[in-house]
Amino acid sequence: MTAKDPGTGRGRLRRLRGWGGVTAMAAACAVTASLTLLPLSHQGDDVFGPQVTGPGAAHALQARADTCTDPEASVRPGEVDGDAVRKIKERGKLIAGVDQNSFQWGFRNPESGDLEGFDIDLVRAIAKDILGDGGKVIFRAIPTNQRIAALENDKVDVVVRTMTINCARLQQVSFSTAYFQAGQQVLAAKEDHSITGFNSTLAGKRVCTAEGSTAYEALEKESFGSAFKDKHDGTAADEDRLTVPNQLDCLVRLQLGEVDAVVTDNALAAGQAAQDPAVELKGDPFTTEYYGVATKKGANDLVARVNKVLVDYRAGGADSLWMKSYREWLEDGLPGIGAPPAPKYRD
Amino acid sequence: MTHPPSVGRAPHRAPEQPPAPTAAPAPPQPSARAAAIARLRAAATTEPGRLQIIGAVLALLVLVFGAVTAFEISGRAASADDVVERSQPLSADAAGIYRSLADADAAAASGFLAGPQEPRAVHEQYVKDIEEASRLLVKAAANTDAGTTSGREITTLNEGLPRYAGLIERARAANRQGLPLGGAYLRYANQQMSGELLPAAERLYKAETGRLDGDHRSARARPWFSLGAGVLALAVLVWAQRRNYRRTNRVFNHGLVAATAAATVLLLWLAVGHTVARSDLAEADSHGQRSMDVLNRARIDSLKARADENLTVVARGAVLTADGKNDKYETDYTAGMKALGEELAAAVKLADDTGDTTGGKPVAAASKAVTEWQERHRTARKTDDAGDYESALEQIIGQENSTGESFKKVDDALRDALAHEQDDFTRAARDGRGALGGLPVGAAVLAVLGAVAAIVGINRRLSEFR
Repeated sequence: MTAKDPGTGRGRLRRLRGWGGVTAMAAACAVTASLTLLPLSHQGDDVFGPQVTGPGAAHALQARADTCTDPEASVRPGEVDGDAVRKIKERGKLIAGVDQNSFQWGFRNPESGDLEGFDIDLVRAIAKDILGDGGKVIFRAIPTNQRIAALENDKVDVVVRTMTINCARLQQVSFSTAYFQAGQQVLAAKEDHSITGFNSTLAGKRVCTAEGSTAYEALEKESFGSAFKDKHDGTAADEDRLTVPNQLDCLVRLQLGEVDAVVTDNALAAGQAAQDPAVELKGDPFTTEYYGVATKKGANDLVARVNKVLVDYRAGGADSLWMKSYREWLEDGLPGIGAPPAPKYRD
Repeated sequence: MTHPPSVGRAPHRAPEQPPAPTAAPAPPQPSARAAAIARLRAAATTEPGRLQIIGAVLALLVLVFGAVTAFEISGRAASADDVVERSQPLSADAAGIYRSLADADAAAASGFLAGPQEPRAVHEQYVKDIEEASRLLVKAAANTDAGTTSGREITTLNEGLPRYAGLIERARAANRQGLPLGGAYLRYANQQMSGELLPAAERLYKAETGRLDGDHRSARARPWFSLGAGVLALAVLVWAQRRNYRRTNRVFNHGLVAATAAATVLLLWLAVGHTVARSDLAEADSHGQRSMDVLNRARIDSLKARADENLTVVARGAVLTADGKNDKYETDYTAGMKALGEELAAAVKLADDTGDTTGGKPVAAASKAVTEWQERHRTARKTDDAGDYESALEQIIGQENSTGESFKKVDDALRDALAHEQDDFTRAARDGRGALGGLPVGAAVLAVLGAVAAIVGINRRLSEFR
């Protein structure tokens, strides 16, 4: 991890590797390709339903894990208790590492003081499956840069914290199947019709990104004539005006009129939009990435168990737990998703 | 200030006198200067002429002594007065601005952490700090030219403060709604505070303290010209009396004795008065000012560390150091606490060196509280890193056994220590200023008396020739 990995801290660069295979797969299997293909959503429900074997085409194209051409491929769902699951059962509590500052994903309800959000719902579903009670969870709010360390040091059993699956992280932790598909997208004021997406309409605009983020790298490749760098980036004198430590800081700059647009991961952008009704996502996502549940590396029994939970979680079409949680937390800011991403397995 | 010019003019009258009675030999109109020299030369050949010259010189020397003393000491007294009435209060005000801003930032973060409904006392503290900073800024602006360094810093502060307060209010509004956006606003406000406002306040404090040091130095500079003039006047007076004694065998010439007495009194007054003032001012500097400087810095570092500690919990790893390895706020906290430790050690040493046991007590208390704070902070961090947010929060902003409690102890102890040093300073500096009181006027009066006495004495002798 060389990137500063702010915000939810996904080092997005690495995961771009090995996407050739995935893209080919996606093309070959259009049914599973995109969550944004609304007309296909019903058909998609069938595919993503309980019969989790998934499309055969996907398996054919899957590479072996050790070469890491397809990081989203995980172990098959299973219910065999290994050391990891047994430890949780003996303890009687699942310890989950989560975020508490990510609106709609993992954040503290100011009234109750409890953690809530899309990630939190998933944690409770895992606890319910393993321990029979969704309340038997110890939440540990961990900072972005502690996610992997918390797993390695056995401080938490799972990390459910908008964590992107990628090859570099697979060296250190194990991931479940993908439970959310995200992508980089442009966020700007609703009133601002001059910006329509990640395209030439950004010309001459001031664009805010998190330091070291995929969004910043994308702008470095193609800025469309926008201003997105601070004069002293990377030095102690960094102004933090256009490139900021955390993606949420971009919303601050946008509200204060210091920038015209924000480029960030749409899942987080949805959280921003939910906090400010005057902004919205513009255009389509221009990258693809997946969130997964992370466990300690090699805890395959737990990963298999989580994958089984995810199978159940996705099942039920529009009434699935996944869709319910989506509608409760994410739909306002991130409308148009008809189904969860399809799981992929290594064998 | 009105004395030196009038006294200064007086000597000119004296040299005019001797030529008048002797009447010039008046050679055929050479240049005026050559004529004067010729007149003096002619006068010097006769005893009455010589006496007239001596009388004039004596009067002149005594008047010069008085004038130089009055002038130099007025300057010293004015500087001492500036120290007490102007530059030290301004320096203290600048420290007050600096401190209020840092305190406001720490209070804002504490209130934020407590949740959507911040504790009333914490918010009141924040409001009080902002008001205090605004009030002191107005005062400082009234005492400063806009074009100076201090003036520019005051402008920066006046522009930045409302902007900062606006960001804090946005943070509070968002926090009240439970939006994580509030935390981002709070961090932005803190960035403005620590990146622009506090550095400006620090520069203002430095500039004002520099001005104070300058006033201090000029008040304490030895009045060498006055001392030299005094010694010279006395020496010539003694020589004149010795000459008189040799020629007349009369031991005392009352006029000259009176002149000598006046000059001696003035010289002693000058030497003793300024030495006392000097040592008082030196004490004000070493006991008060230097300790205050260290303590002010310590207090501000403690406030910054407190704000960083709170922000570590607010940001929760969202902001990392430039190398991306560590939490920025935790790193800043550690650096701040290190500086605080060093400053407190320096303050302890200053109190030891000056034998100030009363002043040493609150500093020792502050050191102890800092140790406690650091221990509690480690515990709280461990709790937080383990994921037990609620307990960690209680360990940081709770009423008892929290780092907040330790911080308050540090702040209270430093406030007491500063108040003590301020008292020491004011007392010693006032004493110093008092030691110079009356000296300029006294110098003028004594010099005029001395000069008159010298002329009277010489005239008495002169009258014997008529």
